[in-house]
Amino acid sequence: MAKNLARYTRRRRKNWIILGLSLCATGIGLFFLGAILFALLTEGLAAIRPSLFTEMTPAPGSDGGLLNAIYGSAVMTLVGTVVGTPIGILVGTYVAEYSRGNKLGQSIQFINDVLLSAPSIIVGLFVYQLLVVPMGHFSGWAGSTTLAILVIPVVTRTTIDMLILVPNALREAAAALGTPKWKITVSVCYRAARQGMLTGIMLAVARISGETAPLLFTVLSNQFWSTDMNRPIANLPVVISNFALSPYPDWQRLAWGGALLITLTILTLNIAARTLASFGSAKQ
Amino acid sequence: MVDIPSSDSSSRLRGPQHLFDGLFRGATLFFGLFILLILGGVAVSLVVGSAEAFKTFGPSFLVTDTWNPATDKFGALVPIYGTLMTSLIAMVVGIPLSFGVAVFITELCPPLLKRPLSIAIELLAGIPSIIYGIWGLFVFAPFLQEHVQPFLIHTIGQVPVVGALFAGPPFGIGILTAGLILAIMVLPFISSIMRDVFETVPPMLRESAYGLGCTTWEVVWRVVLPYTKVGVVGGIMLGLGRAMGETMAVTFVIGNAHRITTSLMAPGTTISSALANEFTEASGETYQSSLIALGLILFVITFIVLAAAKYMLIRMQRQAGS
Amino acid sequence: MQTNSSSAALTGAGKPNFSTTPVPSPTQPVAGGKLVEKIQIKDLRFYYKKFEALKTINLSLADKKVTAFIGPSGCGKSTLLRVLNRMYALYPEQRAEGEVLVDGANILDPKIDLNLLRAKIGMVFQKPTPFPMSIFDNIAFGINLYEDLPRGELEDRVEQALRKAALWDEVKDKLKQSGLGLSGGQQQRLCIARAISVKPEILLLDEPCSALDPISTQKIEELISELKTDYCIVIVTHSMQQAARSSDYTAFMYLGELIEFNDTETVFTNPHNKRTEDYITGRFG
Repeated sequence: MAKNLARYTRRRRKNWIILGLSLCATGIGLFFLGAILFALLTEGLAAIRPSLFTEMTPAPGSDGGLLNAIYGSAVMTLVGTVVGTPIGILVGTYVAEYSRGNKLGQSIQFINDVLLSAPSIIVGLFVYQLLVVPMGHFSGWAGSTTLAILVIPVVTRTTIDMLILVPNALREAAAALGTPKWKITVSVCYRAARQGMLTGIMLAVARISGETAPLLFTVLSNQFWSTDMNRPIANLPVVISNFALSPYPDWQRLAWGGALLITLTILTLNIAARTLASFGSAKQ
Repeated sequence: MVDIPSSDSSSRLRGPQHLFDGLFRGATLFFGLFILLILGGVAVSLVVGSAEAFKTFGPSFLVTDTWNPATDKFGALVPIYGTLMTSLIAMVVGIPLSFGVAVFITELCPPLLKRPLSIAIELLAGIPSIIYGIWGLFVFAPFLQEHVQPFLIHTIGQVPVVGALFAGPPFGIGILTAGLILAIMVLPFISSIMRDVFETVPPMLRESAYGLGCTTWEVVWRVVLPYTKVGVVGGIMLGLGRAMGETMAVTFVIGNAHRITTSLMAPGTTISSALANEFTEASGETYQSSLIALGLILFVITFIVLAAAKYMLIRMQRQAGS
Repeated sequence: MQTNSSSAALTGAGKPNFSTTPVPSPTQPVAGGKLVEKIQIKDLRFYYKKFEALKTINLSLADKKVTAFIGPSGCGKSTLLRVLNRMYALYPEQRAEGEVLVDGANILDPKIDLNLLRAKIGMVFQKPTPFPMSIFDNIAFGINLYEDLPRGELEDRVEQALRKAALWDEVKDKLKQSGLGLSGGQQQRLCIARAISVKPEILLLDEPCSALDPISTQKIEELISELKTDYCIVIVTHSMQQAARSSDYTAFMYLGELIEFNDTETVFTNPHNKRTEDYITGRFG
């Protein structure tokens, strides 16, 4: 062949070098995942003791756990999800089922996508102005509101994506039976899209359960056991943040423990959501 | 004969169904508008909250580098610089890394590893900001301080002009550290979007490049990348939007110093970290209003970046669909 | 029995007798009166995961001739074509067994350098695949892969390729414009020009006209008959008229088996196998 083999050798070498670099990039990504999990496990496991789940956050120098923070986080996450999810589903339903491409639907989808990536700290500022200032104090409700606002775009997004995948033939078949539109949506489309929507909700819970910045302005935190959602309430992310930045080794250890707890919860949710999603897609 | 009563009863049946249909549709529309309302509400609340600061300092608020709660003099230049600088570092480091990961997953990875690898990289995105913060503060920053920064100072730090960026004592924490952590944080976002858009390239186009005798790299660089450039840029901008708004991870490692230094290793501050650190302790209307003004600036910048990103990704989607 | 008769067709008297005496051919014989075996396929089996898509194919393809693969959808004709430049190797779940000799070298050998192989074997696809760059760059791209030419020479080569693909007169004033702006037929000829610009020896055409209108199809067919003086051309087509019009030899495939292979005239006028006859007379497929 009249091909210039020297040129080809050069091209091939370049190819291998760059593909080697891409392997390195992947390795670096995995390395950091590993490094973070390793640090969390080594530092965090030392703090995982029964008292972590049974005792209140301590004063510096004394023993304690994170019970009040775990409780506060659980309640606020629950309220945020319970409030945000139906709203997200309805918004997604409007975009996918009722707007079908009109300008309003497109704008809602666009704004929703922007909110999905918008800095959460901005949402915190908004709720601060909206609730904390008029009420005159930080509160669990304000925190839950923030989390609900963060849940909506995630759920909306997955709802739209999943409803669009539902074949029109299914809707037509239901309509041919004389089913009213709302019933088609609720009992046919939602059912067909159920798995994907559930995945979205789990991802939303995963997202808000580690959210810290906006809670700083809305719930603050609480050293003590409190179930009053009208008042500042202890919550894991803010406690972790405060304890980690403190000079006390006891507090820092508790921060690592809490960090491990949160990360495990979130990774479990993430993996479960993905498995569920792939299980669903494999079945179709 | 039978028709008359049946149409009568069907109209009775249809009555509540119609009502229900209308109600359901109304509810979805209501909450759809509610999304727009939230965004509007955020904008209005930030504008109202920052009015005091802009009234006091005027437009020069944007270019003033003072930040002094004691004398009630505030300017946004330092946090804006910090936000842009950390994001820039994150992009300079994060884009090639993300690109490498995306190329590896789409072109090189054995099919068996593809899914676990994608999930592993995306788990990086699931780890909350605060975890990156703690890890950055206790593990990554000390590591940089002991091993990487002294090296940088003694090598690049000695080069004229560029050296100024890597001069000074190794603090561990600072702009560079924050930027590097942001790079790790945006990696999964950018790489998963790149991967998605790479996969929209028609297999036939890819094959015809291979059919000419192209190497894998040539197929990626000359065919896949030009074909997907709008989507790739969209993904990068989405990552940039994330990096600029990222709060806790940055707050932990940036050092919170209100000054601009040429050295990337010096402590600094960003808009989001200033908010996280100072907002609840801000006494005085001007102080708080200045912080909200910072929030407004962040909101405007990220909104523009994210809207542009979204616009590009929609264009990419249309192209792939057609 | 199907298999018996098909193997009878393969080994029977109708089979073109390569390298020895040329079979009577509707087209003019190659200079020297000898056919050169460019590609020999021996006991080729092909799998998509566990599914056997090609079942023990034996076939020889002549240089400077056009060979058409015909058969109903899913018969394996495209699969066979994609074995010839190992395009299937992009997909790890696909694999081939047996031997495919190109100029005597087994290209299924894992040591074969795929890029060099593919530079030697050009391919054109079902749909036009212009790269997202200018018309000029689409052609120059391939040339630059293996050759480092000064600008003037490169321009000559691009012109040469475009002329050969009968596209030059239509695009010579807009070489800087995107290849995506051309009509479908022009895009396909651009792809042919791109394929021949790297000076391959074999051209694989995978249903090159399936997305084109009749006029563009006619142009491509004319082009094929001109190109055959230089290349060994293999074309997959679902149009029997196209196979009859533009090929010298025809292979009929069905369910992953090679049923009949002969010179095109014989296949279309006097098929040896019942299935071939049924197919070309439109009774199934």
